[in-house]
Amino acid sequence: MSDVVEKTLTALPSLLSLDSQPGSTKLSSTSKLGSLIRGITELTSKHEEEKLIQRELVSIKEQVSSPNTSMRQMKDLMVRAIYCEMLGYEASFSYIHAIKLAQQGTALEKRVGYLAVSLFLNESHELLLLLVNTVLKDLQSTNLIEVCMALTVVSQIFPKDMIPAILPLVEEKLNHPKEIIRRKAVLALYKFYLIAPNQVQHIHSKFRLALCDRDPGVMTASLHIYLQMIQENPEGYKDLTTSFVTILKQVVGGKLPMDFNYRSVPAPWLQIQLLRILSLLGKNDQSTSEIMYEVLDESLQRAEMNHNITYAILYECVKCIYTIHPKSELLEKAAKCIGNFVLSPKMNLKYLGLKALTYVVQQDPKLALQHQMTIIECLDHYDLLIKRETLELLFRITNAQNVTVIVEKMLEFLSTSKDDYTTTDLVGKVAELAEKYAPDNEWFIETMNTVFSVGGDTMQPDIPNNFLKLLCEGFDSVEEDRKLRLFAVDSYVSLLQGKPGNLPQRFLQVISWVLGEYSHLREELDPATVMRLLVKLLERKQTSSETKSYVLMAMTKLCRSGEGVSIAQEVSESYSSSMDTVLRQRAHELQHLSHNLELRTRVLLPGEAGLEPLEVDSSLSFLDGFVSEALAAGAAPYKPPHQRQEELAQAKALSLEPYSLALPISMSSCSITDRQSPTLLSMSSGLSGDSTDLSHKGGSTTLKLDGVKRVWGKEGYLAQREPIEEAQIEVPSPLRSPIQQTETGNSHSPSPAPTQSPEHEPEKQQLASSLFVGLSSQSSVCLMGKSEPMPQRFRKKAKGQSSTSAPTSNSLISLPSTVDHLLCTNLLEKTPELSEVHAAANGTCDVEAALVSHEDSNTPQDLCLSSHLPAELSELFHSEISPLCSTQSLHLSACYVQKEDSLILVIFITNSSDFAVHDVHVDLDSEQLEVSCASDSPVKEVRGCCVAVCQYSLTVKRPSAHVTVAGMVSHQLHIETPQTAQFSYELPLTSFVRPLKVSTEEYGRMWLDFTHDTKQNLTLINDGEEPLTDTLTVLKKKLQLHIVEIIGMEGIVACRLLPDQPCLMHCRLHAGSLAVWMRSSLPDLPDCLMYHCQRSLTEH
Amino acid sequence: MIKFVLMVNRQGQTRLSRYYQPVELNRRATLEADVVRCCLSRKKEQVPEVNTTCGLYTLEPRSATVLCLPTVFVCGVQRLQTGLPSVRGPVHCGRCDRLRASITCHVSQNELSIYELVHNFVEVLDKYFSRVSELDVSFHLTNSSFLKTTGFVLQIMFNLDRVHIILDEMIQNGHIVETNKSRILAPLTALDKMTSS
Repeated sequence: MSDVVEKTLTALPSLLSLDSQPGSTKLSSTSKLGSLIRGITELTSKHEEEKLIQRELVSIKEQVSSPNTSMRQMKDLMVRAIYCEMLGYEASFSYIHAIKLAQQGTALEKRVGYLAVSLFLNESHELLLLLVNTVLKDLQSTNLIEVCMALTVVSQIFPKDMIPAILPLVEEKLNHPKEIIRRKAVLALYKFYLIAPNQVQHIHSKFRLALCDRDPGVMTASLHIYLQMIQENPEGYKDLTTSFVTILKQVVGGKLPMDFNYRSVPAPWLQIQLLRILSLLGKNDQSTSEIMYEVLDESLQRAEMNHNITYAILYECVKCIYTIHPKSELLEKAAKCIGNFVLSPKMNLKYLGLKALTYVVQQDPKLALQHQMTIIECLDHYDLLIKRETLELLFRITNAQNVTVIVEKMLEFLSTSKDDYTTTDLVGKVAELAEKYAPDNEWFIETMNTVFSVGGDTMQPDIPNNFLKLLCEGFDSVEEDRKLRLFAVDSYVSLLQGKPGNLPQRFLQVISWVLGEYSHLREELDPATVMRLLVKLLERKQTSSETKSYVLMAMTKLCRSGEGVSIAQEVSESYSSSMDTVLRQRAHELQHLSHNLELRTRVLLPGEAGLEPLEVDSSLSFLDGFVSEALAAGAAPYKPPHQRQEELAQAKALSLEPYSLALPISMSSCSITDRQSPTLLSMSSGLSGDSTDLSHKGGSTTLKLDGVKRVWGKEGYLAQREPIEEAQIEVPSPLRSPIQQTETGNSHSPSPAPTQSPEHEPEKQQLASSLFVGLSSQSSVCLMGKSEPMPQRFRKKAKGQSSTSAPTSNSLISLPSTVDHLLCTNLLEKTPELSEVHAAANGTCDVEAALVSHEDSNTPQDLCLSSHLPAELSELFHSEISPLCSTQSLHLSACYVQKEDSLILVIFITNSSDFAVHDVHVDLDSEQLEVSCASDSPVKEVRGCCVAVCQYSLTVKRPSAHVTVAGMVSHQLHIETPQTAQFSYELPLTSFVRPLKVSTEEYGRMWLDFTHDTKQNLTLINDGEEPLTDTLTVLKKKLQLHIVEIIGMEGIVACRLLPDQPCLMHCRLHAGSLAVWMRSSLPDLPDCLMYHCQRSLTEH
Repeated sequence: MIKFVLMVNRQGQTRLSRYYQPVELNRRATLEADVVRCCLSRKKEQVPEVNTTCGLYTLEPRSATVLCLPTVFVCGVQRLQTGLPSVRGPVHCGRCDRLRASITCHVSQNELSIYELVHNFVEVLDKYFSRVSELDVSFHLTNSSFLKTTGFVLQIMFNLDRVHIILDEMIQNGHIVETNKSRILAPLTALDKMTSS
């Protein structure tokens, strides 16, 4: 610290002694902390600091445990403990005292106690339970400040299980006359929503009240909840769009009190929050977007370009405009706004502009073209962050024609960057681009060489893996493969002959594998030369043992005869006593091979013969006999590690956490030692992967796995899987990525006005033309580049096979799938009437049409639809038939039917047109439900003016208070384009509940077995003589429960969730309410049922 | 979402830290050191022509709780300082030259709005503590603006609890919950009144 400050610090005590005036109490009360801070500031070494803090901690510990310490002193001690912990020294002894301070202190002392608790403890800390009583007391206090403190701490940290204890009190506070209390109560509820959404489900209506609160602060607080909920489910809150728009209009129009202004901008952070909500609501939704166009326009106009905070709002506004359904007028204005940003001399604005440009460039690549000169200037900017953002932008617009220039720029940046994160990130991007768009072999290999040498050992491991996979699998032409491999070999030999010292380990591993595998392709290259180069690597001190084992494996492949063999013998001898077991194993293998001529000629056939695909029985089927023998001899069947862990936890045995890790670790290490080549890495890990993984790779790897029965998988021994499932999985994954498709689509975008001005130097223009080539086919900048699109060189391979499952499953949906077996029953034929049918592309029917169809399909159709219910279901209870969605010609409605042992979802497909609709597919999917088809043959075709019915049987996978099924219908109308529409259907969990008939004894046995439970007090129905029986009967009627027995003040009730998940309920009259204790084997089930019980009782 | 708030002095010593997601105690020091190194790399005398290191950090997903969070952290404030020639540190405040506040948020955040939030925070601190700073002058210390600044910084240093209380009113769970200055200070001033009476 500078001298002046030091002087000030030494002057401080005199300053403190003078304090007698009010307001200066703030200084005097912290004198102890002051001396501590001063002491630390004067220290020079970390060691001294540690000593000082330890001394301090000892003295704090002494004082806090002394009975004479007053609350005021305690407060100071807590602040000191906070300070010590902030510097990284644990002060766990003070935690309990923090809680005590919150309990016993008054005013500021109490607040500091709460503060210390929120700083010291984390959400799952057990001491937190001790806080609950204090919070309860303070919430009921008449002192507003104490209520305020309690609500603040609750909205920061509170044990999840104790929420029911304080929830009614917090809810009560929503109606408090003071805005600050209402505001804090809303924030507390937000916290509850974050940690236990189920607990606050019943107060959603109160959130709406908070949104309409007369005080802007309370409204602002409720927006946090809404942003969160809309993120999770935008569909559910579309009706609020108008409210949000009105609020934003009022804020922008300056209707808020003046003290909400910041830099004379009205509530800027509130505006940003609202814009975020609007962009979520308007995404892919034209009608909702139309509501907000006006206010977005107004925000753009109101925000003058004069201060940072208005720029922040503009940025959010522009992002919103590009997220929602486009409107050309607004897009123009937004583009102009981005232009102003990018062209600004202010660095912050330029950065923001680039960020916005990166965001919008996928939708509108011509915007990048407009600003190409600015972008090029930014590439040479001295600020690395601006440079990096520019590269990010370029990465998004890369295509086959500009890839070389863009990659060159990226590598240039890489060579100067020292930041680990940036390096890893950029290296990954370069590798991705090189793989996707490489123009030729030389360029590809050289680029990858740079990637490996720059990326070093911090880069993602899948980069070298993907590279080797590409090299090994090859692409369409054998000759091309050969050339690429040859070039790689040449390049690596020359690298090794140069100075291999600085190369990172990963790169050396790649080199040794490639040389081992492919150096025979270069016939004039003597294997012994390569061996000698490899030996040099072994001799280097920096070479890691993993690399060494790669080298030894390469040697194993190379030692054919003559000099090579003698080198191999020498090397293997020196490593055969290595401390590293893997290395020793490799050395022994090599030794064995080099001494045995016959083995050598058999194994190491040069040329193509050696490349015969290996057959690996990854299912370990040869062990089947052993397993069945062991099972017969009484061995316990194999259980996968997670199951074992679960069972351990359920058995409430001692916590074996440290040991449970042992298995995964040993498995991963074994997969390292087992691999013969890096490409096999993915395969050897496939040993533990399940069959889905394998069949994904099946088509592309050289290993032949077809025909091998898969018995082992991630889940352990696999029971016979249905062949149908296998067949589905074999669908080839899409070769072209969506990015490429948009790339080709973009080439038709209209040509922008070129913004080149004469003062730019020719090189820059040349750079521009090479960077932005291919973005627009008619653009003038194309003149210098090749305008014809380049063919894709390498097949695009998804990074990491496991991630490919998502696109594959997507493609499954659009394929004519066999999953839906739709049953078409009770087809009523009507005489076709002539009416005009307009075809709209992809089901984005305009609002009016949807509304019209909605109206006439509602009530009159409901009756006639129920007549379409299959005979066996028409007797049973079915819910109201509600419309799901409609396309131009089809209307979908649904209801559910409660059967005794299942729940059937019935979907009615009504064809309102006169023409038959072909290729109808209905796909259902749900996170919480298991959907299976209940009918045999899928509906393929719906004739004109007919109704088709599909049935699905649903079971619950994961309970939640309401479960939803999402679905999609696609069909072809006549010869028109295919149409799709999406829908979702919500069912209450109670529709899956059935009575469970058990005796009291059975009940008692089951009760002990179940581990998941919840307790809550419910309102009692008090209008009869026997409140308990009355209440239970209401519950029984509404929720289909079974009352097992009622004895005096207690009653036991049982039910099951389909198909057979029992849930037991124990009810007791207690102080005028019903104390309910629920238990089940399924987590979350008690919580959800409790919610429904509560609702049905309040509704009664 | 805001990940943490950090205040350091010119030597890089932490004066205040508040985390909005679980970070183990022993990892905080390294994380803070990283941020500080990056924030302090720009000296007062340096003009923006000197290139800056960018402030990106990766928290290794060690524990399960950290694992489920996005692991990339960006020091939003750090990057924005470069653009303002008048700004000497991550935070521009005439009276707060010796203490730097930095808020770290997720990459996808609107950095400029976070930057302005820091300003707002410092202004609130200024509004609250200015009373006392003016008293410094009456203590016959030389009436220079520098000492005023120093007084302000000392206030912040020695009133750790109060600064925390102010921060709690502004940011909760990583979200900006209040930006209205008078409303932010209302609970604390009420507490002060209660204590003095």
